[in-house]
Amino acid sequence: MFKQIGAVTSMNVRGIPQRLGASLVIVIGIAVTVGVMVSVLAMAVGFDKTINSTGHADRAIVLRGGSVSELGSTISRDNTLTIMDAAGVRHGDDGKPVASAEALLIVGLPKKGEQSQANVTLRGVGPASFALRPEIHITEGRMFQPAVHELIVGRSAQGQFAGLSIGSKIALRDSEWTVVGVFDSDGDSHESELLADVETVLSAFRRNLYQSVVVQLENPDAFNAFKDALTTNPTLSVDVKRETDYYKSQAQQLNKLLNFLAYFVGSIMAIGAVFGALNAMYSAVAARGLEIATLRAIGFSSFSVVFSVLIEALALALAGGAIGAVFAWLFFNGNTVSTLGGNFTQVVFHLTVSPTLLITGIVWACLIGVIGGLFPAIRAARLPVAAALRAG
Amino acid sequence: MSAPTLVSIRNVSKRYQRGKQSVEVLQNLDLDIGQGEFIALMGPSGSGKTTLLNLIGGLDHPSTGEIRVGSERIDSLSDGKLAKWRARHVGFVFQFYNLMPMLSAERNVELPLLLTSLSSAQRKRNVAAALTVVGLADRARHKPSELSGGQAQRVAIARALVADPTLLVCDEPTGDLDRHTADEILGLLQALNREHGKTIVMVTHDPKAAEYASRQLHMDKGALIDAGAINAA
Repeated sequence: MFKQIGAVTSMNVRGIPQRLGASLVIVIGIAVTVGVMVSVLAMAVGFDKTINSTGHADRAIVLRGGSVSELGSTISRDNTLTIMDAAGVRHGDDGKPVASAEALLIVGLPKKGEQSQANVTLRGVGPASFALRPEIHITEGRMFQPAVHELIVGRSAQGQFAGLSIGSKIALRDSEWTVVGVFDSDGDSHESELLADVETVLSAFRRNLYQSVVVQLENPDAFNAFKDALTTNPTLSVDVKRETDYYKSQAQQLNKLLNFLAYFVGSIMAIGAVFGALNAMYSAVAARGLEIATLRAIGFSSFSVVFSVLIEALALALAGGAIGAVFAWLFFNGNTVSTLGGNFTQVVFHLTVSPTLLITGIVWACLIGVIGGLFPAIRAARLPVAAALRAG
Repeated sequence: MSAPTLVSIRNVSKRYQRGKQSVEVLQNLDLDIGQGEFIALMGPSGSGKTTLLNLIGGLDHPSTGEIRVGSERIDSLSDGKLAKWRARHVGFVFQFYNLMPMLSAERNVELPLLLTSLSSAQRKRNVAAALTVVGLADRARHKPSELSGGQAQRVAIARALVADPTLLVCDEPTGDLDRHTADEILGLLQALNREHGKTIVMVTHDPKAAEYASRQLHMDKGALIDAGAINAA
């Protein structure tokens, strides 16, 4: 049986150059489908990666009770002190809690190469913020000074928005702020933000309430003790989340949307590609009708004919899938894009064409190939031999 | 003493459905073909000769009746079993050769041997022997497009006989050839019949081709008619 399948498949494959046009229809159709699907999924993967790398399990974020994000949360100065003094919070060498009461504001900045403005997060951070987030490194310039209108910008924000080079002045509210430094943050979502001293920010924007308090826990297991301490305190009405869980929940909706888009668009294109493959394989089988009938007259089994047509369709689909996946990887992997994040501000992330995505694309291609090849293969095998010889 | 019967056809009918109409192509046909005979099946278009040839070659099932080849009753075999039976017992020669255009002559000839358990070396030896019998050993590596019509038909004959079948079934084997080449091919078939004892059933329109056969059978309207009736007509 293997010899039969090998012989018929070999003939089919050798005949491909004679049916180059029809074969290319399959290859290109599937390549485009896989390329588009992998590219859109690369957005979801990249966004997910950025959000998942934001936050640590040994850090907790405290928001006002019932708030789903920092933007809808307010925490008074008194409460921030209570939160920072709670059990489970790590204290630094100076005896002070490693915690940061933060203010979050949305500011509009022009995007590079565009007239329109987009929202950027301006995060006011406390003095312990950089001990709290050791992943933040100044890569250019220097740290902002408290009490003056200075800020540092994330590397991704600088890449996306105009006027964020060191020394640039940004008009925020009624004042002018100077960019004094650029930071990176291991590729997490903070790289899409602007950071400044929290008290200076609150003062400039005439506010008196923080949005969140981020604390460093003594260890990841201290989370429950910390949470219990706050949620059982009758003077507080707060929600406590691990930082990792918080950012994951912020990304959930968008991630779902991106995945839906990728599979929805991919499915529609895949249906088109299946019809293309069906058409091309029907043509290929029709063009080889006499050859197939002759082989069956000689004694080759219907199964070997079905199998060989399927293998041919699969081979073409694999070629298309591989081309599409490589195309997506070459042209999209690492590309920087931005989208509206959980706080209605731009989150900058990199498209990530991961090995899993490449395999997903190839699996889709194979499915398209199998579906596109199956019906023509069955038809070729079921046509009565005598009738097929006559028709040929 | 007459040769033992190889093909026995009893009360065979074949009907096709064309739309709502049932067309009877063969009607209650009886025929015996002896081992080692060279039969020429003649008759006008639509007389049923190719249908009969297909039934003898196991390419089709009769609507009613019984067909035996050797000791095997083939009319009741399933499609899968019939394919295996064809591979063991029948060699086909077609009017337009039906060679695989992408394969060389030797690879075309090898095809039926891929259905056997022969080793690669044995297959090569058998292919070389078959090509030598048809006088094309020097064209083994050529593709069908590089061969003349006569040469292509010789390759097809080599393919038909390489697995040493019980029966050679030829459908208008010279229908696409000029007179001279046709005579060469018919001479080759005759030699295979006389020198190698091959039983051959050949459909032809050509009376000259039929003369190479040891027996001529005439068909009209789905039935066999005797030669005397034709001569009288």
